Amino acid sequence: MEKITDLKELKLKANEIRKDIIEMLTEAKSGHSAGSIGMADIFTVLYFNTMKYNSKKPEWNERDRLILSHGHVVPVRYAAMSKAGFFPKEELKTLRKLGTRLQGHPHNLALPGIENTAGPLGQGISFAAGVALTAKMNKKDFKVFCLMGDGEINEGQPWEAFMFAAKNKLDNLIVLIDRNFIQIDGNTEQVMPLDPLNKKFESFNFHVIELNGNNIQELLDGFEKAKTLKDKPVCIIANTVPGKDISFMEGKAEWHGKAPNLEEKEKALIELNKLEEKIKGE
Amino acid sequence: MINPEMHLIENIHKAKGIPSRNGYGHGLVKLGEKNKDIVALCCDLTDSTRVGWFREKFPERFIEVGVAEQNMISIAAGMSSEGKIPFVSSYAVFSPGRNWDQIRVSVCYSQENVKIQGAHAGISVGPDGATHQALEDIAITRCIPNLIVLVPCDAVEGEKATIKAGELKGPVYLRFGREKVPTITTEKTPFEIGKAEVYRKGKDVTIVACGIMVFEALVAAEELNKEGIEATVINNHTIKPIDRETLVMAAKETKAVVTAEEHQIQGGMGSAVAEVLSEEFPVPIKFVGIQNRFGESGEPEELLEKFGCTSKNIIKAVKEVLENKK
Repeated sequence: MEKITDLKELKLKANEIRKDIIEMLTEAKSGHSAGSIGMADIFTVLYFNTMKYNSKKPEWNERDRLILSHGHVVPVRYAAMSKAGFFPKEELKTLRKLGTRLQGHPHNLALPGIENTAGPLGQGISFAAGVALTAKMNKKDFKVFCLMGDGEINEGQPWEAFMFAAKNKLDNLIVLIDRNFIQIDGNTEQVMPLDPLNKKFESFNFHVIELNGNNIQELLDGFEKAKTLKDKPVCIIANTVPGKDISFMEGKAEWHGKAPNLEEKEKALIELNKLEEKIKGE
Repeated sequence: MINPEMHLIENIHKAKGIPSRNGYGHGLVKLGEKNKDIVALCCDLTDSTRVGWFREKFPERFIEVGVAEQNMISIAAGMSSEGKIPFVSSYAVFSPGRNWDQIRVSVCYSQENVKIQGAHAGISVGPDGATHQALEDIAITRCIPNLIVLVPCDAVEGEKATIKAGELKGPVYLRFGREKVPTITTEKTPFEIGKAEVYRKGKDVTIVACGIMVFEALVAAEELNKEGIEATVINNHTIKPIDRETLVMAAKETKAVVTAEEHQIQGGMGSAVAEVLSEEFPVPIKFVGIQNRFGESGEPEELLEKFGCTSKNIIKAVKEVLENKK
């Protein structure tokens, strides 16, 4: 993979990924917009700086594993993967359509480079713990990144997995919580309060890093630090704005599970194109 | 008459009582000796599921998950994706009872190489009562694509089933009971996943059984023989993929079928048999099993009698189905 260190270049990548998500969700006519858009910076940093992998050899055994636990934001992963060379950009248009490799929720057997099947919430983190434990057993030094939604941890299974990860000192496991404060029925703190989330993870024997999940520099630094921490699994609480950089989507729970129509698509692309010019001028 | 090719023990009434789960314990140790990728996970039930025998020999390949069956399944799926062959053990009421979604998505849809042991299944669990008596596990597993479902009849077959499950690639559910059951099969008794075995040949009726009901079916066939009714007895240990050929052949030969299982009638092994026969060769069928109700506390024998899972119930069903055949 190409490792990009230039901040401006990474910001432009994230902007392109956002545009691709808008295009593919509009074409698909359904899907999860806000969470996918909000995580564009996280996926940019993972695929273009932090993770080691080979998009031409997705099964390469020394690769870092990226386990997506809240499968519904998979459009952002598909967009990042296509940019990283796993498959042609054209294929993004097939999202959610009959016969596609880009299933509405990711399927491990459908597309090379997808590590795990996800959809029902809470399973991916246990899967990731199983991968991390096996890596320890096999004395492999790759890292296991597990991305989760904040609403997802309403489920009980993740807490079972967190206990298991801490018990087994899985310091090769880096969990990232997309802390965007929205879920389908509204604000996370009204639906089922999670705060103080950092204290919860500390008491579950995790290293905890809090950062702005829409700030590329903070993400670069956060992941690098997470890789060095020992003896306990790491939790990165990444505060993100759902629908980031698209004014009418930002922070709106109603955009959790909805796709843009043609008019909204044009509006969003105009905003993202303007932002692109701004980043280039920085 | 008893089919000599099956190499059953000579006198089933002198069969030694051993819990079928012991076969799982022995089989798992044997697999572990042969293949270092075999790992075992358990949810705080290590001794009673017999996975403790594996832990003793291979402590570095045993993973204690605590009381967390959902977590156990998805962890196993992750380990399988890295090349391990995980066997996950708990009681059937919990696994597949409370982790069905994880079995469906993390394991079966993903085609991970995970083997699921449901121990202490059936009404014969006894005094623990209804909460701990899995009577629905066959129904909820056999409807999931990619999942093989096995119900061994005794400890010897349990060991063979465990070993065969470990040797094939893909998800398998293995059902075991708690109580001692007569060990009627021997090392020489054929066992192949997907192949139902004809333990006894008769011309009047076919009794299709699985698990502890195979012994009851053989007893029932002996009694019926005294009354001049000749019954075929089939050990239908593989609920999925079901052996259509053997079932259809027996239905054609006898033109009446009784199924017997320690499970709810709805959705169980008998339903699977009826699905095949109603399509391919419809004959009168009677179902022996639990009649749409929950169990309760009691001694295993008392419960089997109260809930209709004995040779007597099979004999009654045979006589009824023979009436329908006329």
